[in-house]
Amino acid sequence: MTDSKYFTTTKKGEIFELKAELNSDKKEKKKEAVKKVIASMTVGKDVSALFPDVVNCMQTDNLELKKLVYLYLMNYAKSQPDMAIMAVNTFVKDCEDPNPLIRALAVRTMGCIRVDKITEYLCEPLRKCLKDEDPYVRKTAAVCVAKLHDINAQLVEDQGFLDTLKDLISDSNPMVVANAVAALSEIAESHPSSNLLDLNPQSINKLLTALNECTEWGQIFILDCLANYTPKDDREAQSICERVTPRLSHANSAVVLSAVKVLMKFMEMLSKDLDYYGTLLKKLAPPLVTLLSAEPELQYVALRNINLIVQKRPEILKHEMKVFFVKYNDPIYVKLEKLDIMIRLASQANIAQVLAELKEYATEVDVDFVRKAVRAIGRCAIKVEQSAERCVSTLLDLIQTKVNYVVQEAIVVIKDIFRKYPNKYESVIATLCENLDSLDEPEARAAMIWIVGEYAERIDNADELLESFLEGFHDESTQVQLQLLTAIVKLFLKKPTETQELVQQVLSLATQDSDNPDLRDRGYIYWRLLSTDPVAAKEVVLAEKPLISEETDLIEPTLLDELICYIGTLASVYHKPPSAFVEGGRGVVHKSLPPRTTSSESTESPETAPAGAPPGEQLDVIPTQGDLLGDLLNLDLGPPVSGPPLATSSVQMGAVDLLGSGLDSLIGASNFVSPPAAAVPANLGAPMGSGLSDLFDLTSGVGTLSGSYVAPKAVWLPAMKAKGLEISGTFTRQVGSISMDLQLTNKALQVMTDFAIQFNRNSFGLAPAAPLQVHAPLSPNQTVEISLPLNTVGSVMKMEPLNNLQVAVKNNIDVFYFSTLYPLHILFVEDGKMDRQMFLATWKDIPNENEAQFQIRDCPLNAEAVSSRLQSSNIFTIAKRNVEGQDMLYQSLKLTNGIWVLAELRIQPGNPSFMLSLKCRAPEVSQHVYQAYETILKN
Amino acid sequence: MIHSLFLINSAGDIFLEKHWKSVVSRSVCDYFFEAQERATEAENVPPVISTPHHYLLSVYRHKIFFVAVIQTEVPPLFVIEFLHRVVDTFQDYFGVCSEPVIKDNVVVVYEVLEEMLDNGFPLATESNILKELIKPPTILRTVVNTITGSTNVGDQLPTGQLSVVPWRRTGVKYTNNEAYFDVIEEIDAIIDKSGSTVTAEIQGVIDACVKLTGMPDLTLSFMNPRLLDDVSFHPCVRFKRWESERILSFIPPDGNFRLLSYHVSAQNLVAIPVYVKHNISFRDSSSLGRFEITVGPKQTMGKSIEGVTVSSQMPRGVLSMNLTPSQGTHMFDPVTKMLSWDVGKINPQKLPGLKGTVSLQAGASKPDENPTINLQFKIQQLAISGLKVNRLDMYGEKYKPFKGIKYMTKAGKFQVRT
Repeated sequence: MTDSKYFTTTKKGEIFELKAELNSDKKEKKKEAVKKVIASMTVGKDVSALFPDVVNCMQTDNLELKKLVYLYLMNYAKSQPDMAIMAVNTFVKDCEDPNPLIRALAVRTMGCIRVDKITEYLCEPLRKCLKDEDPYVRKTAAVCVAKLHDINAQLVEDQGFLDTLKDLISDSNPMVVANAVAALSEIAESHPSSNLLDLNPQSINKLLTALNECTEWGQIFILDCLANYTPKDDREAQSICERVTPRLSHANSAVVLSAVKVLMKFMEMLSKDLDYYGTLLKKLAPPLVTLLSAEPELQYVALRNINLIVQKRPEILKHEMKVFFVKYNDPIYVKLEKLDIMIRLASQANIAQVLAELKEYATEVDVDFVRKAVRAIGRCAIKVEQSAERCVSTLLDLIQTKVNYVVQEAIVVIKDIFRKYPNKYESVIATLCENLDSLDEPEARAAMIWIVGEYAERIDNADELLESFLEGFHDESTQVQLQLLTAIVKLFLKKPTETQELVQQVLSLATQDSDNPDLRDRGYIYWRLLSTDPVAAKEVVLAEKPLISEETDLIEPTLLDELICYIGTLASVYHKPPSAFVEGGRGVVHKSLPPRTTSSESTESPETAPAGAPPGEQLDVIPTQGDLLGDLLNLDLGPPVSGPPLATSSVQMGAVDLLGSGLDSLIGASNFVSPPAAAVPANLGAPMGSGLSDLFDLTSGVGTLSGSYVAPKAVWLPAMKAKGLEISGTFTRQVGSISMDLQLTNKALQVMTDFAIQFNRNSFGLAPAAPLQVHAPLSPNQTVEISLPLNTVGSVMKMEPLNNLQVAVKNNIDVFYFSTLYPLHILFVEDGKMDRQMFLATWKDIPNENEAQFQIRDCPLNAEAVSSRLQSSNIFTIAKRNVEGQDMLYQSLKLTNGIWVLAELRIQPGNPSFMLSLKCRAPEVSQHVYQAYETILKN
Repeated sequence: MIHSLFLINSAGDIFLEKHWKSVVSRSVCDYFFEAQERATEAENVPPVISTPHHYLLSVYRHKIFFVAVIQTEVPPLFVIEFLHRVVDTFQDYFGVCSEPVIKDNVVVVYEVLEEMLDNGFPLATESNILKELIKPPTILRTVVNTITGSTNVGDQLPTGQLSVVPWRRTGVKYTNNEAYFDVIEEIDAIIDKSGSTVTAEIQGVIDACVKLTGMPDLTLSFMNPRLLDDVSFHPCVRFKRWESERILSFIPPDGNFRLLSYHVSAQNLVAIPVYVKHNISFRDSSSLGRFEITVGPKQTMGKSIEGVTVSSQMPRGVLSMNLTPSQGTHMFDPVTKMLSWDVGKINPQKLPGLKGTVSLQAGASKPDENPTINLQFKIQQLAISGLKVNRLDMYGEKYKPFKGIKYMTKAGKFQVRT
């Protein structure tokens, strides 16, 4: 007797009959009827009309019947919300049942009924169940919070369930912990900003303990959660790694891969010299290999991840090439992935083996696979230089087989080999030409034409060959047409005498008879070039081409680092960050590998911390991309700026300092200095400037040459947000000129050129005084240091915070925006020393409500040291008094826009805390002046 | 987490759907059908398919596609592992996992699926626990149930669920206490034209059938544990003990389970027990080709090779084959072009061979590809890696169990290129 009987129907009408049975007095009949209803439901029949009758069966002590009714309810409650209310009472009662199985079942089912009215009643029972004495009930309740959150997030927050859930992370039962983590992770996914899973060493320890004891699925949840944690130093990273490694021997492949993710991420923090680092590398290989003996679907996911892992750390699997050899009955998706990894692992040591395999694959049945194998041979040639010759001869062997698609694919890759090793393998051209007629795919035809054009001087009958293609010009695909046009122009430039007719023919075909704008445009360009300046044409068309490299099929390093954090997820299968494909609406937090911090470092210098801090924090000052864009779009980002800004500068400077502007406009060209204005034009000689500031600075004359304090460079624009361009920098003020010291690093795979920079309007009118000069193109992994001179004559707009600077940087790839806070002391001018009398008068004159008091803590310097140190940053001590054993320093400073700030600094010998009183007519600067004091004195 | 599950037969009909959250319309499967159409064979349907709002992760087992629908970022391996677990559970419950069987037991299937996931989170996937919750159907039980009105749903809290040994239920009782272990090794190998080994590795498993009363604590030690450097254990194995002493110490689940699986890939440890001599040639001019293969034993440690079958996918241009075997039976399917030869046992004194001619279709040119030969065989009482169990001890219970260990070597993916 099987369940198939539930599907049999009678002529009378199924629903009618079921209804009668459901209302039967006999328990047995009732149960059979419910079973029939469920069976109909599973195959998609609509049995919702029976709702009241089925709900009536719910009040039973028969567990199976209860479960069946619950199943039914979950499916149909949504369509009958009013009826579903009838069931609430039973649920609430069941949540009090002495049997924990029933309590759990009730709370579980209730969470699955997605009807608002029911969820209201769910809160109380759920609260009880979360604190139930039985862990089985607690763990079910934990999941129920996630369900409820999915239906009504606000309700969950209002009821405080999230906090209860967080408490469950410290539960004594590992399964409860695992489920709480899983539920929190799911909730966190819809609220990426909320800090639901704030992990600290204590909670990590609890998770690691639970990891050993919970089920395989729980282990996955916990491992994925661990992967989001950033250990504070290498010691903590190592101890977590040690406790995670046993998971590599788990039978469940998802556990293994999640463990691999944690290890790959935390390894980043370990020093490579560590013995443990080497041990860990060795431990990673066997589990990855084992994943490949699993079912093909698992293999596929594993291979996609291994692809990332071998790019990040090729050393792990470098000896395991053979496990990636393809079996002929592997599914095609596994074959293609294996092939890709074989190429990534190919090296001089194993290339012979790889080539033999690839050649074998090229004779298989599956056309797609054969093509990819042939292509792989080409990639090997490009990757392993020593093997190029062998690869070429293998390809020639394959061409001899005369299998059409093999020949075509081989020609396409040989073209790439020519691009990588010019003037080396041209002897094979003759063989290639023999196969000209068999080429019927556009890509192969285009490749062949390219070869003929590129080596026209060595092919005697190049003109004939190209002419033969020209006959059917209009039937060719655009790719071939474009290539043919270029090839014939090349031929003409190399052998002008014999081919004039041919080139005219192709130019007229391309420009007059073609509807394709690309083709037409290219035709016209060539025509114009050839007719106006054949020499220039030669330089353009026959220019030396950059070599191609195997890097073209690597993943960009920044993306790779991000993907490593997503090992085992869908992102790793698609090789795209989740932001690129996860459904919109849910913001996705970028993940990045932790920076390498050793325990000794992390304790001592807080100043370096910002550089390593997560990039998200850095950029808090940026307003939303949208309105910044609006501001910056009307800025001209073209090749900048040296001319006009200087001209306007003198006008605007007039408002600031008449003398300065007068001098500047009068004799600015003759290298004379206008020291009062910080806005020193870029062409000013530095020695002159320093001499002058010395003159003004009669009292001390020491220490000024060193210039003001310079903060270490911090990362302003992480590579992840700028398509591989990383910008770090700091501000300096040296003898009257402000500059922005930038360090540009190219972390992308392509060369960067055409840099330009522009500032948004800001509080003090800071603007670049010269264009951003990056002389040579920035090649991948290269770094340049640039000092960009700034002036303060740009347009002024008050920013919040006052010292916020929004910057746009452009290169050949895109325009990027970031913002940074500049320290105010770069704006303290060299003539900020006030006359004594003047100081007294001004101090009295400024109303008392403009006075601001600050405390500078933990500064061990004495009055003299303080004074000289401040002086080097243009804060001048005008007078010094000793009152009741305390040193009182009276100081003044002036900002580039002419604002004076007066200061009284009280220093008690032996007490590292100073009192600073600031008076200024523009009190909003006081806070920032105080910060400048702090930075200067503490560094 | 896992949103829904659809079971689809190879004809492309959805014959069962189960939703753990809100209902996802079955039209989502249209994307799957598209992919299915594009892939020439069922095996080639990609396991991860993205659709505008969902992801479809599928496994193909027993001619059924198990398609899971997910909506958020979920580890794909997690889902695929779970699907395999579903298949295993069905097989465990019903003996076979096939469309008619699933349809026959639809209510049990539904109940089991409901217990396996809650809101998409795995709940109970150990078959021991599931069987306590929902008893597998047996003819006897169905009869008894119909008479007495009792059910096949347990009304007790599954005891194993929360204990420290979740894989074992309490109160197990047997009159005959027995523990059997099968060491099964599969050789995956690629042999090239000239007979030398391209790759060879051993996938080994130790499957156990333990029927012991109470809470026995077992230790299993090996003569040569060093062979095992790449192992995956059942959760019951105490990892620390293995790390330090190379001993397997565990409280076994009740019934059948896989104790461990291992992988030996060091080439010198993998002996190749058979060889194939082949001569398959076509001539440019003639439409007839020659075909000759011989199978012989190589390194068998004195054991005999049984259950040998040879199969080979012939090139498309082949019309028919006219072959005579020295033993066994052979067949050529002219539609799929699959040649199979059931050899049986290899007699080292008289090597089995298959010889004859191949005729090509009229006008077909000489085939480009060389057929690959697939080999299946079995060797009893031998673990080809040389792995040997030293002893099995039981602690914690007083009775004397009956113990047994069996070895077997099989061909896994054993391929000979020609």
